[in-house]
Amino acid sequence: MSGAFTKSMARNIFYGGTVFFFLLFLALSFDTLSQLPKRDMRANMTPQIAEGKKLWETHNCIGCHTLLGEGAYFAPELGNVVVRYGDEGVKAFIQSRPKEGIPGRRSMPQFNFTDEQLNAIVAFLKHVNSINTNNWPPNSQG
Amino acid sequence: MQYKSQAVAKPYFIAAIGLFVGQILFGLIMGLQYVLGDFLFPAIPFNVARMVHTNLLIVWLLFGFMGGAYFLIPEESETELFSPKLALIMFWIFLVAGAATIVGYLAVPYATLAELTGNNIIETMGREFLEQPLPTKVGIVAVALVFLFNITMTVLKGKKTAISLVLLIGLWGLAVFYLFSFYNPANVVLDKFFWWWTVHLWVEGVWELILGSFLAFVLIKTTGVDREVIEKWLYVIVTLTLISGIIGTGHHYFWIGTPEYWQWWGSIFSALEPIPFFAMTVFAFNMVNRRRREHPNKAAVLWALGTGVMAFLGAGVWGFLHTLAPVNYYTHGTQITAAHGHMAFYGAYAMVNLMIISYAMPILRGRAANSNRSQVLEMWSFWLMTVSIVFITLFLTAAGILQVWLQRVSDTPLPFMVAQDKIALFYWMREWAGVAFLIGLIVYITSFFVSGEEKAS
Repeated sequence: MSGAFTKSMARNIFYGGTVFFFLLFLALSFDTLSQLPKRDMRANMTPQIAEGKKLWETHNCIGCHTLLGEGAYFAPELGNVVVRYGDEGVKAFIQSRPKEGIPGRRSMPQFNFTDEQLNAIVAFLKHVNSINTNNWPPNSQG
Repeated sequence: MQYKSQAVAKPYFIAAIGLFVGQILFGLIMGLQYVLGDFLFPAIPFNVARMVHTNLLIVWLLFGFMGGAYFLIPEESETELFSPKLALIMFWIFLVAGAATIVGYLAVPYATLAELTGNNIIETMGREFLEQPLPTKVGIVAVALVFLFNITMTVLKGKKTAISLVLLIGLWGLAVFYLFSFYNPANVVLDKFFWWWTVHLWVEGVWELILGSFLAFVLIKTTGVDREVIEKWLYVIVTLTLISGIIGTGHHYFWIGTPEYWQWWGSIFSALEPIPFFAMTVFAFNMVNRRRREHPNKAAVLWALGTGVMAFLGAGVWGFLHTLAPVNYYTHGTQITAAHGHMAFYGAYAMVNLMIISYAMPILRGRAANSNRSQVLEMWSFWLMTVSIVFITLFLTAAGILQVWLQRVSDTPLPFMVAQDKIALFYWMREWAGVAFLIGLIVYITSFFVSGEEKAS
């Protein structure tokens, strides 16, 4: 770096650049927030879906699975699991997990959910599947 | 050591290394669960091991950052720390809270833990990396605020350098953006959108400021290059970081319900994110080549050079590999992401902490540098851990490419678990590379206990 470019110039560019790009990020974020209602299907939101999300969180599903591609990569994507298995298939799968796991296989815990809880989880997963994700994932396998 | 109060850094560094060991052990457990699915099931299911692995990572890095700041700030400010006592109290609070959280993860089912710790008051748990129970989250904020108060007061009463200013901005940013972990709406798109304000703006934003300032500090001390030159570089690097990284958040907004235009903003700006890391590498090598003195602590210089190179490879190159939206459409949420995550975190944040520890620890123990024997061992551990992480990354990348091909690109896409079984060989190789990493870590710890002729301070 030549002598003409001083430390105080570098500092000013740092402050100016940071403020400018942070404001630009805020502007884009505000625009996104204004567009989201059309995409996140919030009009269909129900207490049951919110309950499903809470169950999803308090059982740390994200610790093995991905949801819209985010999470752990140990178990399948669940954003579109209702497409793969159907509502009843998802419930049956969760209910049928053996308590001691499956010998030699990656195993999902038995959570002992009630029917009401299972319905809430499926409602949540169906809701996630309805979000406009720009056509992700590429196919039904997630 | 120049200032007595710098001594508070020592317990922080020791705790950081201890938690690092825990992180690696749980990493090995998870690696094994990838191939022997029922290993330790149901005692430690994968999700629990992963929570422990990632949360220990975050906590040990925070210990390292805080210890590093407590060591660096008095020297930069040319004054004693505002309150060493407060720093020690916070150390114990943070350690106990951290340990209690890990015990909580392991001892009771996560849903019970949520019930017990007041998740019903504010629902914040169960989101990746932010799994901490409410009391822990509040504790992190409290410790961070007291820490920031202590550090800021020290800077205010002493000399204000570019290094300490950049560090302060980084640390304040860390605290501020963590507050988004308390925002968890029922709307999953909004939840994900702001979740990244903590996660991305930490690791691809303000944490890089902490990294840059630590690196600049150690380079000034070990090379004797003029502060004006080094601080100018630091400003240029952090400018590049933030102008690419802030809008670069958009590369997480491709497929989570956010508008299409993020595919452009996110691809373009995150494609620029390797540049600051490249600049860091050039910076470190340049300063070391132009050194005006031979610092006896060769190991610290090696870590400084290493963190630049590995951060560039892991965060820069491996990030770029899958950051363009058309590529990311296929790679999103696969082992490619895992590969990138491992080398980026090790290269940028684990290594920079190991660098500041390597530089500071001998001084905290009353010498300029460790004995030759000790340094040789430390440098062995550098190469063992670094080469291991390179192999972990390569094996996960191979696994990821195959996964993408079998599960997403193929005309007859395979179900997730079928594809996983077909790539198990790479998970086995990753696990062995992980064992080599652990050996490197054991060598690293051994280096602290090797005596020999020390360099006087």
